[in-house]
Amino acid sequence: MINTAYTIAGVHFKNPVVMASGTFGFGQEYAALYDINRLGGISGKGLTLHAKAGNDGIRVFETPAGMLNSVGLENPGIEAFLRDECPRWESLNLARIANLGGNTIEEYVEGARLIEEDALFRKRNGNQAVDMIELNISCPNVKAGGMAYGIRTEVAREVVREIRRTTTLPLMVKLSPNAEDVVAMAVMCEEEGADAVSLVNTFSAMKIDIYKRRSVFDNLYAGLSGPAIKPIALRMVHQVSKAVAIPVVGMGGISSAEDIIEYIMAGAAAVQVGTHNFVHLRAGEQLIDGVESFMRREGIGSLDEIRGII
Amino acid sequence: MAEVIANVEVAPNIYRLKASGAFPGRMGQFYMVRAWDSYPLLSRPLSIFNRSEEGIEFLYQVKGEGTKLLSDLRAGDELQLEGPFGNGFPDRAIKPGGRIAVVGGGIGIAPLYYALRSWPDCDVYLGFSKEPYLTEQFKAATQGKVNVNVGGFVLDEVDLHAYDLIVACGPEPMLAAVQQKKLLSGSGVEVYVSLENRMACGIGACLVCSVKCRDTRRKACTDGPVFLAEEVIFG
Repeated sequence: MINTAYTIAGVHFKNPVVMASGTFGFGQEYAALYDINRLGGISGKGLTLHAKAGNDGIRVFETPAGMLNSVGLENPGIEAFLRDECPRWESLNLARIANLGGNTIEEYVEGARLIEEDALFRKRNGNQAVDMIELNISCPNVKAGGMAYGIRTEVAREVVREIRRTTTLPLMVKLSPNAEDVVAMAVMCEEEGADAVSLVNTFSAMKIDIYKRRSVFDNLYAGLSGPAIKPIALRMVHQVSKAVAIPVVGMGGISSAEDIIEYIMAGAAAVQVGTHNFVHLRAGEQLIDGVESFMRREGIGSLDEIRGII
Repeated sequence: MAEVIANVEVAPNIYRLKASGAFPGRMGQFYMVRAWDSYPLLSRPLSIFNRSEEGIEFLYQVKGEGTKLLSDLRAGDELQLEGPFGNGFPDRAIKPGGRIAVVGGGIGIAPLYYALRSWPDCDVYLGFSKEPYLTEQFKAATQGKVNVNVGGFVLDEVDLHAYDLIVACGPEPMLAAVQQKKLLSGSGVEVYVSLENRMACGIGACLVCSVKCRDTRRKACTDGPVFLAEEVIFG
């Protein structure tokens, strides 16, 4: 019997494959292609208090072994999510993670409050739709001149502290690789009572159209994801895993079961898969099967045997 | 998985690719196509050029790395297809005696050929900047007239008042011009445009193919790629 399960703050992940925010919608599109209940979990499309239209102009550009995206957090807003998506989420049999963003502390807090209220209401009716909040601190901080909350540890501390006060739901903080010190950021999250950290979000990057003599993206910079970032992301996950006691969910460029094993060996409790969902629409099933067959081949009974061995 | 039957260059850098298999699809829908493992990362959205129980055909222009790899395919090679995706052309019946035209610019003619199966007497307008291609095939597929324009503006030859329904596909300036012409014409014709936005997933999850519309943003992959012309806000 092979055991790939892991529990984070009471939330059961039956296997380490969690789909990353922004690459999996709210699960419905992929559910038409395969049984998404096989997944360990999904982190839904990043939500903000109010609906966001996202960025104008080109939103995607392929790069060697990766892609740049500049979606700009287009989302229906938290109320629409709670009303339209959560009834579907109630019937899913996997870890359901709501990804929360915001431009101001007030927006973050109000968003978390709405999710919390909804969770309590559903609980009274014997239901549950959201098992965990993933706090995205990579959003630009309007007050700090547009620099992301996720860059400076002490700026991010305020958001994490306020959200921790606002919600009783398990809280995972998603870290940006653009942070000035990603290890210090993770330690801060642990100090402020986060139940887990996930890393890394996309790397701030750029593409110039040399004929038009301008950035390809209206927003100037875009986020790099895909296999190109995996070695750096893996190193960061390793460093953070050594520095904190709370679970670390690793992500960045995973495109095979072997990549997942690397992250587990680097110390990850579970992983998130993002861009690879675009490469192979049915990636989830292949990765889950791949991890199990690797374990069988190598005589590994539980991922605990190899977690953090490096 | 499909197997390539043929991959013929019909004009410089324009290829007609046929693969075996009973792949379903309505006119104006597309498939996410790849013929490689990991790189380039993303699959390529290609509209259905033609299909039958034996196979499916795509018409594409070599633009970058992905289409270059497609152009290297030979009979017997493997092709990975996911689809069909997208809303396709409006297929409701138009009023008896209603007239339909399809307007294609360059590689934008790709999804129009298969529409002639449903609209066998519709008029066809094809515009090319240089060498025209597949015009004889279009002529053989419709009882309507086929108008070919090389180096000019094919749209100038379309009388909007002569039609009840028009579907256009081509470069964005052409589609913006179609929209403009419809707005200025005062004609009651329903005009649809088929967009060619960059895509990543093709199924509505990633939001990179977002289309700015009058009321909201829509997804080219699932809400489109076919939109009422007046809905779209062209950049």
